[in-house]
Amino acid sequence: MGEVVVEKSRVRPLSTVATGDTVRLVRVRAGRGLNSRLASMGFVPGVEIRVVSNGHPGPFVVIIKDIKMVLGRGVAQKVFVQ
Amino acid sequence: MKPIVVALVGNPNSGKSSLFNLITGSHQHVGNYPGVTVEKKEGFCTHNGHEMRFVDLPGTYSLTAYSEEEIIARRFVLDERPDVVVDVVDASNIERNLYLGTQLIEMGVPLVFAFNMSDLAKRRGLVFDLDQLSRLLEARIVPTVGNKGQGREALLDAVIETAREGRKPRVHGLHYGTEIEEQLARVEAIVRTKEGDLADKYGSRWVALKLIEQDDEVVGKIQHQEVLDAAAKSVAYLRNIFRDEPEIVLADRRYGFISGACQETIKNTVERRHDASDVIDAVVTNRFLGLPIFLLLMYAVFWLTFTLGEFPMQVLEGLFGWLGTAVSGLWPAGSESRLRSLLVEGIIAGVGGVVVFLPNILLLFLVIAMLEDTGYMARAAFVMDRIMHKIGLHGKSFIPMLIGFGCSVPAIMATRILENQRNRLTTIMVIPLMSCGARLTIYSLIIPAFFAPAWRGPVMWLVYLIGILLAVICAKVLRLTVFQGETMPFVMELPPYRMPTPRSVVIHMWQRGWMFLKKAGTVILGISVVLWFLASFPKPAPERLAGLDDEQAQQVSLEHSVIGRVGRFVEPAIRPLGFDWRIGTALIGATAAKEVFVSQLSIVYATGSGDNADLLRQKLQANYTPLVGFCVMLFSLIATPCVATIAMTKQETNSWRWAAFQFFGLTVLAYGITLVVFQVGSRI
Repeated sequence: MGEVVVEKSRVRPLSTVATGDTVRLVRVRAGRGLNSRLASMGFVPGVEIRVVSNGHPGPFVVIIKDIKMVLGRGVAQKVFVQ
Repeated sequence: MKPIVVALVGNPNSGKSSLFNLITGSHQHVGNYPGVTVEKKEGFCTHNGHEMRFVDLPGTYSLTAYSEEEIIARRFVLDERPDVVVDVVDASNIERNLYLGTQLIEMGVPLVFAFNMSDLAKRRGLVFDLDQLSRLLEARIVPTVGNKGQGREALLDAVIETAREGRKPRVHGLHYGTEIEEQLARVEAIVRTKEGDLADKYGSRWVALKLIEQDDEVVGKIQHQEVLDAAAKSVAYLRNIFRDEPEIVLADRRYGFISGACQETIKNTVERRHDASDVIDAVVTNRFLGLPIFLLLMYAVFWLTFTLGEFPMQVLEGLFGWLGTAVSGLWPAGSESRLRSLLVEGIIAGVGGVVVFLPNILLLFLVIAMLEDTGYMARAAFVMDRIMHKIGLHGKSFIPMLIGFGCSVPAIMATRILENQRNRLTTIMVIPLMSCGARLTIYSLIIPAFFAPAWRGPVMWLVYLIGILLAVICAKVLRLTVFQGETMPFVMELPPYRMPTPRSVVIHMWQRGWMFLKKAGTVILGISVVLWFLASFPKPAPERLAGLDDEQAQQVSLEHSVIGRVGRFVEPAIRPLGFDWRIGTALIGATAAKEVFVSQLSIVYATGSGDNADLLRQKLQANYTPLVGFCVMLFSLIATPCVATIAMTKQETNSWRWAAFQFFGLTVLAYGITLVVFQVGSRI
């Protein structure tokens, strides 16, 4: 039980990742539409995400597969990373 | 021989449009897909004796059934069965760009890859083994540089050869791993036996794949419940194994296939550096600097458009004035020819009044095309999104709304930068609330007539502000009702900055300008003639005009005409707003163009057209209270967009229904608000 909690606590929303950090995507928890849209833009499990700016409270800039993208904060909260 | 039909697909920002322009040059046709606002571009060219028709499909990241653009692109590829599909790939970002390519491979269409912007890729240090990659993808690959005009011949050669070969089965295709392949085989078998038609048309494997992805459109086409049950079983099974939606697992496998293919064939010789784009972005998307920079740029756009446009506009005005006089001169002085009146007052004045905006429109679209091609537009959307999101619109909606302060017509055309249909329609609907330049003529007549100099500025400011507030409220209400649906979550690519090429910018500008001219020549011409007719007929009996001077004769004629009669007829309805039949008549006339309000009013008060605004102001002061004056401005601000706006809304939404909705909706809104303001105001 304790182990599971530790394991889970490492998975966190992308919105909490600090500027400059690089993380790995675990999964996207959103509706099917957004899920599939993000997948087509490269948000698939295991992919490396570099947070260029966590412009609190505004949108969010990341680099995935060498492509710079901006996400709304709502989206960043639905993307879970490690 | 039938022309070879070629569909052009690709990610947004892959340089697809510049490649399309390179291939087809100016032989293009821009329209809309039936029933939707998505732009349809077609172009023609001939190469080595082969005629080709290129269709530029909307830029998409994939071909699912989740968005309008993707459905359109997919339907074209599947149902229209083009002879060849060209996938335009940004060669400096192969992996993400090839995702769309894998879906085309799944569809089994004859495919050619255009590795566009290959010069940029080379500069980034990417080295491709194109022969090997081409074998893995089972399609021809042609390096191109769309904006520099390289690779056109080779691409067209490849298209012709691929068209000649036709559809051929793939040797390997994509492999999704044992578990998925097993389920695919199960579903495929039942699709083949039960849904023969669908399997013949789209291929049984593709149908099975889409069923496992739970694709709404394909699911909807299935006739037999057994097929759906089998698919549901496989989906549940896979979901259980992978603890994720099969759709996402499939996406993952596609990326797996791509990275496998890339690893073998692409070498990156240079580490990705911190490039210039990052530096620029740090400034223009800065939390504090971003907004001021954007506003400054927009101010520059406006300033450029309206100062540089001023001179050619005057030239055009002069030209139409000269044309009017010249045509008038064909008749003897004092003649009462109806044809002359139709030509001069109806057609030349009506169409001329709209065409004079052409220089402004060309300039505006020139600057917008430059902002788009450099990549700044994506940043602007990012900067504005926080504010626009609150009213349910996209950050990019801000740009057309801003243009609306100049003129609603180019503003509505500019909504083409919005990809989402609902966003676009909402934006189009509220654009007329942004007080355009033509309405300024009404304000500048009325405000000095009723308000002391110290109050003139604030009143003007108040009118503009009311328009903006109403636009915000209406957008919000529309998004909650008519255009309901989740706000597109904000995910957008920030493409690297690029130098725009004159060629593509000019083509872009010209297409818009031409579209505007065509409108002016057709719909606007027609409506101008109708309005002229309504304002000129029926004619009063000649004895009623006897002994009157020109101005009085004009006054009597207008009163007697259909518009004058309608003005009188609606008087009881507009009386609660504080308007009499004269204002009613002028407001109806203003449907032709907002500034006509002033000239119509000067006719009903027989003050003579021309520069006699002060005389008219005295008449207004004598007849109305400042409250009525304010209500007139309020009503003109909100109500009845001009015919050019209506025509453009019809064209861009592709339906008279939306144009009518906009027209009547705004008029009802204007009535309601003016009613409240007048009734409350006159009781205080």
